[in-house]
Order: sequence, then C-alpha cells, then structure tokens
Amino acid sequence: MREFEYVRAGEVGQAVAMVTADPETSYLAGGTTQLDLMKDGVLAPDRLVDITRLPLGGVTRDGDVLRVGALASMEELAADPTVAERLPFLREALLMGASPQLRNMATIGGNLLQRTRCRYFRDPAVSACNKRRRGTGCAAVQEVARMHAILGASEHCIALHPSDMAVALVALDAVVHLLGAGGSRSVPIREFYLLPGDTPDVENVLRHGELITAVEVPLLPPGARSTYLKVRDRASYEFALTSAAVALRIDGGVIGEARVAMGGVGTVPWRATTTEQMLEGSPPSPEVFAAAAELAITDPYVVPGTAFKVELAKRTVARALRTAATQGGPR
Amino acid sequence: MRVTVTVNGEERIADDVWEGESLLYVLRERLGLPGAKNACEQGECGSCTVYLDGVPVCACLVAAGQAESRTVVTVEGLASDEGLHPVQQAFVECGAVQCGFCTPGLIVQTHALLAASEGVPSDLEIREALAGNLCRCTGYEKILDAVRQAAGRADG
Ligand SMILES: Cc1cc2nc3c(=O)[nH]c(=O)nc-3n(C[C@H](O)[C@H](O)[C@H](O)COP(=O)(O)OP(=O)(O)OC[C@H]3O[C@@H](n4cnc5c(N)ncnc54)[C@H](O)[C@@H]3O)c2cc1C
Ligand code: SF4
Ligand code: FES
Ligand code: FES
Repeated sequence: MREFEYVRAGEVGQAVAMVTADPETSYLAGGTTQLDLMKDGVLAPDRLVDITRLPLGGVTRDGDVLRVGALASMEELAADPTVAERLPFLREALLMGASPQLRNMATIGGNLLQRTRCRYFRDPAVSACNKRRRGTGCAAVQEVARMHAILGASEHCIALHPSDMAVALVALDAVVHLLGAGGSRSVPIREFYLLPGDTPDVENVLRHGELITAVEVPLLPPGARSTYLKVRDRASYEFALTSAAVALRIDGGVIGEARVAMGGVGTVPWRATTTEQMLEGSPPSPEVFAAAAELAITDPYVVPGTAFKVELAKRTVARALRTAATQGGPR
Repeated sequence: MRVTVTVNGEERIADDVWEGESLLYVLRERLGLPGAKNACEQGECGSCTVYLDGVPVCACLVAAGQAESRTVVTVEGLASDEGLHPVQQAFVECGAVQCGFCTPGLIVQTHALLAASEGVPSDLEIREALAGNLCRCTGYEKILDAVRQAAGRADG
C-alpha cells in the first residue's frame, strides 16, 4: 500500500471541503472496499478522510418513507423492524451479502459505491482495463469472463455492479441524498448509476467530493409480496451469478403493481421495466411469470463465459415471481 | 501517529503507527496480542475477527486510525482467571482445532452468535453466522459440533 495521510473528519462540511479541494483525497467509511483496493494497489489516494464519526447514521421512519443515514451499517439496516415488516426483500438482499463481520463494518453509502469484482480490474498487473485506466482496452472481453455483465455492457467494459442491496433499492425507486461544496441535491437511484459507454471509469453522477448523506426508501404497500432470490456458486458468502428483487401487489386475482430488478447481469443494477409492464394487469400465474421473465433480457452483450446468464437470469426472475406470489406475503 | 484503544478492558497506547497499518497489525505487532490471525488481509477469511465497540469485525480492514478511542475485545479477552470461556472449552473438547489458524476468529464469531441468540441456534443459523470464517483443515463438522455444544444443544 502506498503512503497516505489519514484525517478523521469532525464535521460534515469540513469533510466535504477537504475531499472537494483535492482530487487525490477520498472518503473512508467502513473500508471494506476502499482499504481492500488500496491493499491491492488499485486505488492509491494521497489522503483518506474518515467519515465514520460524522452524525450520518441511523434509520428513521417518516410515514411511508424510510430514511437511512449513509453511515448506517448493512447489519443495522437489516435489523430495523420497519425493514422486516415493510421491506422484507431489502432485508433478504442485505443478509445475503458478504459475511456478518463485513456487514457490521460496511455502510449503506459505501455499499452503493462499492467497486466491481472484475478480477482484471482488481489486478493492477493486468494492463487492459478501461475502468482502471481509460483507453487501455478490456481484458475481460479478450480473456476469461464469468462474473460479468450482459446488459449495459459493450466491448469497452462488461464489469458488473456487484451490490445486492442496490438491486432491491432500484426496484423500490429509492432516492440518494448528496451534499457537495455547492449545496445538496437528491438523485433517484435509477439516475444515480451511469452506463459505462466508452467511459467505464465514470460509474455514477457523484461529483468528486460529493458526499452521500442518506438514502430515502419508499415502503412497500402493506400486504405487498416480495422476495430477493440470489443464485450463486455456493449457498452463502458469495456474489451473485444472477439475482432478482421482486415485489408484487396483487388485488383480487390481478397484479396491480410489479417491481422487478435484477443483479448479476447489468453494468448497473437493472430494472426490468418491460417485465413489469407485462405483469401489471395480468393474473399471477406461473405461465404469466414465465412469459414476463422472457422479456427481462433483451439485446444482451455476451462473451463465451457469460452466455449462460441469459437463460439463468430469466429463470431467476420467473422463480422469484413465483416465490413472491406464493410465499412472499406479509409475515 | 499515536493510537489509543481500550483492548480487553485496558487502555493501550501504540506509538509511531503508520496510517496504512490495520487494527489487526496494531494488535499483533504493537500490543503483543497475536490471538487474532492474519491470513488473507482482505476481509475474506475471518481469522482476524475481533469485537470493535461490541460487534465482530474483520480487523484487517479497519484502518488503525479508525480504532482511536474505541473498544476492542480479542480472543485473549474471552477467557477469565477461572479458565477458558465455554466456547473455547467446547472447541477443545470437540476436536474443532487442527492447525488452529482459523480458531480465534471462529471463537469470537461464535461468542457473538451465542450472545445474540435468543434461543438455541439452528444449524442453518450457525452456518450463516460463521459463513465468513474459513477453515482449510477441519471440514467444519467438528466446528459445528463445538458450536452446538457451546450452545447447550442436546445433540452438541
Ligand atoms: C469478502 C467480501 C465479500 C463481499 N460480498 C458482498 C456481497 O455478497 N454482496 C454485496 O452487496 N456486497 C458484498 N461485498 C461488498 C461490501 O458490501 C462493500 O465493500 C461495502 O458495502 C462497502 O461499504 P464500506 O462502508 O466498507 O465502504 P468503503 O470501503 O469505506 O467505501 C467505498 C467507496 O465509497 C466511498 N464512500 C463511502 N461512503 C461514502 C459516502 N457516504 N459518500 C461518498 N462516498 C463514500 C469511498 O470513498 C470508497 O470509494 C463484499 C465485500 C468483501 C470484502
Ligand atoms: S470488464 Fe471493465 S473492469 Fe473488467 S477488465 Fe474490462 S474494462 Fe476493466
Ligand atoms: S485476515 Fe482479515 S478476513 Fe482474512
Ligand atoms: S484448523 Fe486449520 S484453518 Fe481451521
């Protein structure tokens, strides 16, 4: 790890000013991405501003919206009673991620900004990586790929966004609150992440120095049915091959509202809008679910190692819909 | 920099700490507490598990400065003058230790699981709680036996 300066921020404004002023200064929250990548030599900032003592924690409910402080830990959010009652699939997505120790450390803000697990990105000995260094090419497209994206991908980059939590938050239309040197703004999570295009190093709309202060999550309507299905190489403690976050409101034998998002397939957490449109107004039958899941993957960009994900993702969505309709009810 | 941490109930001071050192390094190399082990250094194996302010974390991914003025309990802090903690005793009695590298992390994580469990944890709960603690020797069966025994399960 390269030498760097460590500063413990005492105040929010001071932290924002310090990071904004210097392109080589980064925030440090739970450290499970930031320190990990510094050890690998992928990141090498001159200075870290530790934000973990700032008053940006806590989970509070205001009517039908949950306000989650950026420094709340994954475990803390998963343990919140409102999450258990009104956002059960968000709880599942959180608890299926990482390990208990890591979830105690990892913050919600840091989780949204975690970096891809593409092994070429994480290995500075590999020179071709447009995400690490623009214009160098993409080793994953040329060589062996598996834990990579098929939607929103191109020959420039096929890196996945690996967060499980973000998949559920995209399904929920959460809103990310930001504070920059010039003031605060709020960004719907579906506009927060940017498709890689030919600049995969730019992953989101955050300007350098902007701080995530909180995430607002609309609660599901009472009686909604939801589930998070994560398909992976082993039963626990592994990133998703494919995943689906599904929430349904079923009124009188008809799907009134459907929210469907996918993980493990997109360069950003992926909302399956055409699937949702087909579901709404239809009866919740296995045939309808299978047909709607077929629409979840259109125009995939596949390489030999990722071709299996096209079928796997559709089946993941179909099974998640069946599970939500039959078992994902109010508990 | 200087880092002051309460470790196993005692205030400890480490001087000349480099910013890039982890809490794990400070505990092992500066405070003479080699219980927590250093294996992957990247949050993947759990052998460095310690309590930080009451919750188990991977000490290898805590920057030294982040531990300033906080409270740490390591595996060394679990035994008392009367002897080993029941979790430690169960690991010994069940043969859950081979090379021993993963053991301190597993003991701390098991301690946390049992402290948080309202009833007696099921096998599924035990597996999930220990998912982040990798063992290359035992095949986990004896470890599960030890946890069941420590939990007071009839089949333990
Ligand atoms: C072994 C392992 C397994 C994992 N498995 C999973 C998994 O299965 N599923 C999953 O979803 N995740 C998984 N993760 C990833 C983990 O969830 C993330 O590393 C974690 O959520 C990041 O949060 P943090 O607080 O540690 O962030 P940090 O590492 O502190 O920060 C991450 C990035 O965000 C920036 N940042 C942090 N907070 C803010 C803020 N408030 N405002 C602006 N910028 C900020 C930092 O500068 C840094 O660039 C795993 C990680 C590891 C190490
Ligand atoms: S997929 Fe993206 S992150 Fe991975 S090597 Fe290619 S450019 Fe880099
Ligand atoms: S040494 Fe910390 S998790 Fe492996
Ligand atoms: S006993 Fe050797 S790693 Fe577990």
